[in-house]
Amino acid sequence: MSNLISGSKMLLECLVQEGVEVIFGYPGGVTLPLYDALYDHPIRHVLVRHEQNACFAAEGYAKSTGRIGVCCATSGPGATNLVTGLVDAMMDSVPVVALTGQVTSKLIGSDAFQEADTFGITRSCTKHNFMVKTVEELPQIIHEAFYIAGSGRPGPVLVDIPKDVFQAQGHYEPVTSIHLPGYKVFTEGHSGQIRRAAQMMWECERPLVYAGGGIILGKASGELRDLVETLDAPTVCTLMGLGGLPSDHPNFISMPGMHGSYAANMGMMNADLLIALGVRFDDRVTGRLAAFAPHARVIHVDIDPAEIGKNKTADIPIVGDVKRVLNKLTKVAQELKPAFSGKHSEARKAWWKQIRDWKEEHPLTPTRSTTEIKPQHLMAEIDRISGGNAIVASDVGQHQMWAAQFIRFNGPNQWLNSGGLGSMGFGVPSALGAQLANPDKLVFAIVGDGGFQMSIPELATIANYGLNVKIVIMNNGYLGMIRQWQELFYNNRLSSATLDGFPDAEMLAGAYGFKGRTVDKVEDLASALQAAVDEPGPYLLNVRVAPYENVYPMVPAGGAANEMVLGPPQPVEVA
Amino acid sequence: MLQIISVLVENKPGALMRITGLFTQRNYNIESLTVARTLDPALSRMTIVADVEPKLRVQVIKQINKLINVLQAADLTDGPAVAREMVLLRIKSTMENRTAILKEAEIFGARVVDSSVEGFALEATGDQEKMDEFVNVMRSYGEIQVTRSGLIAVSLEMKKLRLAPPVSTSTEAMVIS
Repeated sequence: MSNLISGSKMLLECLVQEGVEVIFGYPGGVTLPLYDALYDHPIRHVLVRHEQNACFAAEGYAKSTGRIGVCCATSGPGATNLVTGLVDAMMDSVPVVALTGQVTSKLIGSDAFQEADTFGITRSCTKHNFMVKTVEELPQIIHEAFYIAGSGRPGPVLVDIPKDVFQAQGHYEPVTSIHLPGYKVFTEGHSGQIRRAAQMMWECERPLVYAGGGIILGKASGELRDLVETLDAPTVCTLMGLGGLPSDHPNFISMPGMHGSYAANMGMMNADLLIALGVRFDDRVTGRLAAFAPHARVIHVDIDPAEIGKNKTADIPIVGDVKRVLNKLTKVAQELKPAFSGKHSEARKAWWKQIRDWKEEHPLTPTRSTTEIKPQHLMAEIDRISGGNAIVASDVGQHQMWAAQFIRFNGPNQWLNSGGLGSMGFGVPSALGAQLANPDKLVFAIVGDGGFQMSIPELATIANYGLNVKIVIMNNGYLGMIRQWQELFYNNRLSSATLDGFPDAEMLAGAYGFKGRTVDKVEDLASALQAAVDEPGPYLLNVRVAPYENVYPMVPAGGAANEMVLGPPQPVEVA
Repeated sequence: MLQIISVLVENKPGALMRITGLFTQRNYNIESLTVARTLDPALSRMTIVADVEPKLRVQVIKQINKLINVLQAADLTDGPAVAREMVLLRIKSTMENRTAILKEAEIFGARVVDSSVEGFALEATGDQEKMDEFVNVMRSYGEIQVTRSGLIAVSLEMKKLRLAPPVSTSTEAMVIS
């Protein structure tokens, strides 16, 4: 049965079929027909205050639920404003479908008002993009877009729709199947390789599981746990993989990388087998690649064949869906276990002891002071209140690293941050999207005073929709990470790193109609945080922290992962 | 080192842009690129010659294969494959060297496609080295103007084309949500 409906309605029908409940967007001239159709449609439209934040909010929604986030913008400036968000989603493999309006087909190419070559501009910042030519092909394309965004290695997909396609009437027939002959998704994993991998896992003496964002995206945290426990292997989770294994799990060491823990990095550098799961050997993890994990053989599982061997050669490459591969891998490992029982058990014990020693030698403990609020202390307090259960959206910079170091996560989809692109301004809008998707959960946006000021317009969105987001500003008066690098590598010449003129938080929040407060005394910190959490509604807590604190440990750029600077230079007693 | 890549791609809007864009984005250099429809008008065959570090060759193919519109990308550098290039060349001749030019053209298997009192237009095909030589030799006879097609290549092995099967939208939507 088919009936004659407008392109706008057809689009909404398809979104319903895909299970879309909410669109983050901003209307414009050419999307007017779509917004007219949305006016009395059950799909909820959340009006953000900038298109970039529409994409970040869709990412927050997607990262916190594992579902596809949807954002919408008009032609020209609306679409170009989406670009940062799209690249962000591309780098972190976040399933997002972006819908953009385009000028009427007849005007395309004429430099019409608000025309931009969205299709060309977004080629490199999407997993795939589409330009719809006729209303007849619209439903097919929308479903293809969702399929591509959510399957395989997820990513952003953009659909550019001219105004006349929204307006045209067409016969709508629900799409039942799509065919993308060139889009091959390898899910199963080669069984021979899996067997070899399982064998290698028992043959090694110093295994280390290196788990990344793929575990979260592949919804494989349960399977990861099974494997880790079967092998009793120490495990590190990357910045993108935090929560993949619960932070309190006895096998969890911590995060590796530039600001990872001593034990995690030493573990990587001394392991004789790296079991790399849904990771891409990013430079922020490996440090100088040539010096990375020199003793380790590598098992690399990833759904994207191009990730395997891109940075580090794998001894056993396995292309497949990490959830399915881990399932099989654990099964085979359990089968093989009796045959290897007792083998290397002494070596394994010594390995664990070594890791515990590293942990004790240089533990990750939050710095505290009695006279000022240390940023690490702030994170520890947030962690105490969260108890591993809150959703934490972070912005980019020092606070992001401290949050990653000191806040625990009991499960996946709780830690949202811009890892690959490192987009400042990500924290508040992504928290907004996550809160909308998880109305009953405690959602923190942990932001610096820099990134926060990129997101201030979204306070209006938060107020409008009564979103219960707890914004905690780690305010050190600087672009902290810039200041840290200028201190360490540029003779402390603080060039444009000072952020003067931060507004009064109480008045700022009050202007938007919710509560805010500035806290600068260490004795007030715990109660102020508790009050923010207890407030039924959004809260803006501005925490004045020690301004000159640096993030440690630190692997200097170009350094090997075991060449960590563990802390600030210590004062020396002169006799 | 030069790598010869053969790409079978759907004739969809922007398909060429996606491939050339990928090369710029990943910092690979294109030496030449040719593209034309195949027997199936919905598909095009592209031959790309790229200047790529040997250890990146596999990565280049993988990245091209990741493009949704690409059905197959294959590395033909180490064969078995035949690669040919076409050269169209105009040469100014004097009355004295006309015969010599024609003799030389014959050696390279080149055809005369135009002849006038000023000179000739010649057409030649062959592998890249032979064409380089042809151009060099012709240059020694007088002023020339050259257009080269870039390599086209065909694999001598019948490679089975592996395609993704259709998927049902309803079940996929269920899986995702």
